[in-house]
Amino acid sequence: MAVARPVLKITGLHKRYDQLEVIGNLSLEVRKGEVLVVIGPSGCGKSTLLRCINGLETIQGGDIELNGQSIIVGHTRWNLVRQQIGMVFQSYDLFPHMTVLENILLGPMKAQGRERAEATKEAEAFLDRVGLLDRKDSFPRQLSGGQKQRVAIVRALCMNPEIMLFDEVTASLDPEMVREVLDVILGLAEQGMTMLIVTHEMAFARAVADKIVFMDQGSIVESAPPDIFFQNPVSDRARKFLNIFQFEGVKKEERHND
Amino acid sequence: MESAISIFLEGRNLARLMEGVWITLKISAASVLLSVVFGLLVGLLMISRKPALQAATRFYLEAIRVMPILVLLYMFYYLPDKNWGLHFEAQTVAIGVFTLWGTAEMADLVRGALTSMPAHQRESGRAIGLTEGQVNRYIIIPQAVRRLIPGVINLTTRMIKTTPFIYFISVPELLKVGQQIVEISGMKNNMASFWVYGFIFFLYFLMCYPISCFSAYLEKKWQN
Ligand SMILES: Nc1ncnc2c1ncn2[C@@H]1O[C@H](COP(=O)(O)OP(=O)(O)OP(=O)(O)O)[C@@H](O)[C@H]1O
Ligand SMILES: [Mg+2]
Repeated sequence: MAVARPVLKITGLHKRYDQLEVIGNLSLEVRKGEVLVVIGPSGCGKSTLLRCINGLETIQGGDIELNGQSIIVGHTRWNLVRQQIGMVFQSYDLFPHMTVLENILLGPMKAQGRERAEATKEAEAFLDRVGLLDRKDSFPRQLSGGQKQRVAIVRALCMNPEIMLFDEVTASLDPEMVREVLDVILGLAEQGMTMLIVTHEMAFARAVADKIVFMDQGSIVESAPPDIFFQNPVSDRARKFLNIFQFEGVKKEERHND
Repeated sequence: MESAISIFLEGRNLARLMEGVWITLKISAASVLLSVVFGLLVGLLMISRKPALQAATRFYLEAIRVMPILVLLYMFYYLPDKNWGLHFEAQTVAIGVFTLWGTAEMADLVRGALTSMPAHQRESGRAIGLTEGQVNRYIIIPQAVRRLIPGVINLTTRMIKTTPFIYFISVPELLKVGQQIVEISGMKNNMASFWVYGFIFFLYFLMCYPISCFSAYLEKKWQN
């Protein structure tokens, strides 16, 4: 495959909260159709990175380009930029006063000015794909966590974004619902959606990623294809981080063997 | 029973009671409407990040809370008249004072409704490319209104129940009219106070109950 153009290109990103430097000189590229998975210890700046990309946080240095266009330099109309970036958060963040379908149509109709009929058709097709077409007239509070998160994904997809950002979308789900959400994301990867995913699900990261990016203390420590990264992490910090997950596995086995 | 009915049929008694109802409703409705409008504005000032504005609105709210309504009524009715020769219509003063009170209460409700909104609601709206105005219009305001309704209804019924105070600045509201009728009819009919006050109780019920029902209806409808 020829090298695809970068959809997202971050160069020398700096982000501070007051005095605290959260991201220091971070550079990153996501090419069309590529799936990048960002992992790293809690508090290392993963969420902050995603929030900088769609302008929910201001940045103190560096540049971010979307399809070759800087979204930092010059006068950025964030509402237009964000239409091209789908973001799904950890907390189920549906609008509680709207039905599932209304939640999904809000962006396409109000932000993009699309026709209700056409947008509805697309929304229903997406809902069908995630197995929730029969819940389109339900309200968020009538759905399980996993269902809400799938709706949130559809809501972002219906904007037909260039890239999808996922921030630990399964972290607050009950274990039995994690799978249904991850399967949706796997399906997107198969269809060639460009994605930047933050997750603590290592097995999922391995399955979905074209490239793993390991972050610690606000910068990228190493990045490599998943097989290489998980078998032979180069840095000590990555090895230590992966050991945390390893350790849990060993303990379980010991207990079973008792 | 017959004597009871005769109390209401005598002279303009029934008509006067109805006029009392009208004044009570008129003053409550005007005050609630004005309170909602000003309360929204003051509520937005309360959550502004300017410390001076926050302090000023906080002071206003606390000052109104500790002040008995009656003191406010006297203050605005008699003081300007005595000191500066400014005479305000009693009903105008009543609406003004009730609005002063209602605005404070309403502003605090607005503040509560807005600050209890999870930050993620706004961010999710932004994330799907809505402008700030659209986020407010489609996401924040509809949810804030739903949170406000029970408080507004509660304020309305409390205002209706507080209207008897305006008799003290000589507005002929419902309870005062009733009292006058009892005083006159009571000479002939010793059950007069029972019937008249019973009827007034019923009238207050008629004014407040539909409002409570409406509130319950909205809550149910929005609960989904
Ligand atoms: N609004 C804020 N103000 C000040 N500091 C913040 C703010 N948001 C995040 N931080 C700090 O920035 C650092 C990075 O936070 P961030 O949420 O990006 O981490 P993370 O990698 O997503 O962690 P987790 O895996 O726990 O979600 C943390 O030290 C955090 O305390
Ligand atoms: Mg995070």
